[in-house]
Amino acid sequence: MSSEWPLWEVFIRGQYGLSHRHVGSLHAPDAECALRNARDVYTRRNEGVSIWVVEAAHITASSPSDKGPLFEPSESKVYRHPSFYDIPDDAGAM
Amino acid sequence: MYAQMVKTARVGVKPRDEMTEQERAFQDRVDANEKIEPKDWMPDDYRRTLIRQIGQHAHSEVVGQLPEGNWITRAPTLERKAILLAKVQDEAGHGLYLYSAAETLGVSRDELIELLHQGKMKYSSIFNYPTLTWADVGAIGWLVDGAAIMNQVHLQRTSYGPYARAMVRICKEESFHQRQGYDIMMKMAFGTPEQKAMAQDALNRFWYPSLMMFGPPDQDSVHTAQSMAWKIKVATNDELRQKFVDQTVPQIEYLGLTCPDPDIRLNEETGHFDFTPPDWSEFFAVLKGNGPCNKDRLKARITAWEDGAWVREGMLAHARKKAAATAAAE
Amino acid sequence: MTANVMAVEGNTLFNWLLRLGDNTLVLSHRVSEWCGHAPVLEEDIALANTALDLIGQTQMWLGLAGEVEGKGRDADALAYLRDAWDFRNLLLVERPNGDFGHTMMRQFLFDAWQNVLLNRLKDSTDPRVADIAEKAAKEAAYHLDRSRGTVIALGDGTEESHARMQAALDALWDYVGEMFLDDDVDRAIADADVGPLPSSLRDAWDGIVNATLNEATLTRPDSDFAQTGGKTGRHTEDLGYILAEMQFLQRAYPGATW
Repeated sequence: MSSEWPLWEVFIRGQYGLSHRHVGSLHAPDAECALRNARDVYTRRNEGVSIWVVEAAHITASSPSDKGPLFEPSESKVYRHPSFYDIPDDAGAM
Repeated sequence: MYAQMVKTARVGVKPRDEMTEQERAFQDRVDANEKIEPKDWMPDDYRRTLIRQIGQHAHSEVVGQLPEGNWITRAPTLERKAILLAKVQDEAGHGLYLYSAAETLGVSRDELIELLHQGKMKYSSIFNYPTLTWADVGAIGWLVDGAAIMNQVHLQRTSYGPYARAMVRICKEESFHQRQGYDIMMKMAFGTPEQKAMAQDALNRFWYPSLMMFGPPDQDSVHTAQSMAWKIKVATNDELRQKFVDQTVPQIEYLGLTCPDPDIRLNEETGHFDFTPPDWSEFFAVLKGNGPCNKDRLKARITAWEDGAWVREGMLAHARKKAAATAAAE
Repeated sequence: MTANVMAVEGNTLFNWLLRLGDNTLVLSHRVSEWCGHAPVLEEDIALANTALDLIGQTQMWLGLAGEVEGKGRDADALAYLRDAWDFRNLLLVERPNGDFGHTMMRQFLFDAWQNVLLNRLKDSTDPRVADIAEKAAKEAAYHLDRSRGTVIALGDGTEESHARMQAALDALWDYVGEMFLDDDVDRAIADADVGPLPSSLRDAWDGIVNATLNEATLTRPDSDFAQTGGKTGRHTEDLGYILAEMQFLQRAYPGATW
């Protein structure tokens, strides 16, 4: 049986960051160790105030070949963006 | 470089009219500077070449811990000790980032490590030279990391996304390495006569091996063209070597040291320094295993790995027991 | 500065600070020996972090010691230009690394002690001591978290890892008692409320260690025997080799700057 530790993905929120960002991967036998390893590997330069770790096997990712059907339809929905609407200056701040 | 002599599966670039439709579409994406991501279709040769290149690069970082690591316990001040330890620790981190990038291509870190230990994968020739004095620690940071950075800066734009992202992170961390090396060299070169002699000796020993880091001359690098077409190599060996020499010679002069190449001089016409190429027979001998430290370096890595087996197994066994107990309680 | 602090004679305070600084110095040396040789990259990086913290603590403790001594010696002079008999560290920290489990067991036994100690030192009447303790305590808390987790995992892990951890614990146990021994220096320091009596740290340490060993399925050795001498400069043979290596450049090229 392989004794290779599972792969984990590491997400870190910086001091002024609003969300966690993917910073890299590492190996660890369990979640607790993964958290500690993430601290030691990925915050050596004061990079973070919060860490998430997720076992890589548990991540479901979209397929690159679905890029068209998944993302292109939203390109035509320009009306979802505030800049689509012309509001006269006289109406005040909005 | 840290990945020297990476064999691409073929010689020369595959002509467009020999490509399949998938291959053409792939090449178009590379040409358009789109990043290739792990689940994207890619030619088998591209995948294989990348695994070799990234793997070799990762091995170099990890084996590269050893020559400098030698001096951690002998560093001359507490601050120097902390700086060196942090630096060598960074190399381990870089190895880790790179193994992770390689893993996205479908090979595990353990498999790569096994291949290294079996002698089926290489690491950079430079780490087969010994570090004999404290000045060597300076020379490595200055010259070896300097040479490495030259290549790595380009690799931030490489076509494979995970590799490029690892390089961005590495470059950010690496810039301190070269500076701390030069800082040591300055202290030595401007220090006592013995220190200056050590600095000169380190330069003498590391000059040509540093030039070898960029790999054989372009005319002998049969694999460069395809790798460049795939953008997993972004500049040629000779281009980088020249750039390195041009950058380093004034730094040698500033230190008041003498370049071990007596024929080095500025060519007014080209604006570049003409220099004596390294002895390539030595390079190939070192790659084959006949450098001063090949056997010791590999033995140190194998020992660490084998002695650590019970630790890796023990930690995993505990994790599995804990998981089983949690599952049973639910 | 409070009147209490003045009550501690300078040489006593100096000696006591050397104990703190020499502990972290010698242990950082041992831990740094792992760099490039650990069982897995993640552990290699973590051990280096621990060693780096300990070097930083050394700079603070020995820096203060030099200041208190008032003879112009800085942390480097104290680290690099004293011989073994002037070192005041616990014997525990100079013990050779052994295997990874041995190293982590030594680290755990020390971390547990250092945590209890530093938390008490935060209340020192000497504000310089309290300041260093405040900073070092955060680092030490993480070290303990990590070494404790590793001791538990390897103690509980496989038959082999269990046997190795038990052997490490048995071998290191002789060096535990010294951490809790009081002498005149300690009593003078405690009288001035600069630091706690070592014997007063035992209960809290026992609490941490017993709970951890229990979870790790390891058996606490049934022995009170203690090897001693480190705190007064009588060391094991190992310290001489550590210093020969550590001090080599400073000794071979006196007066050079690096």
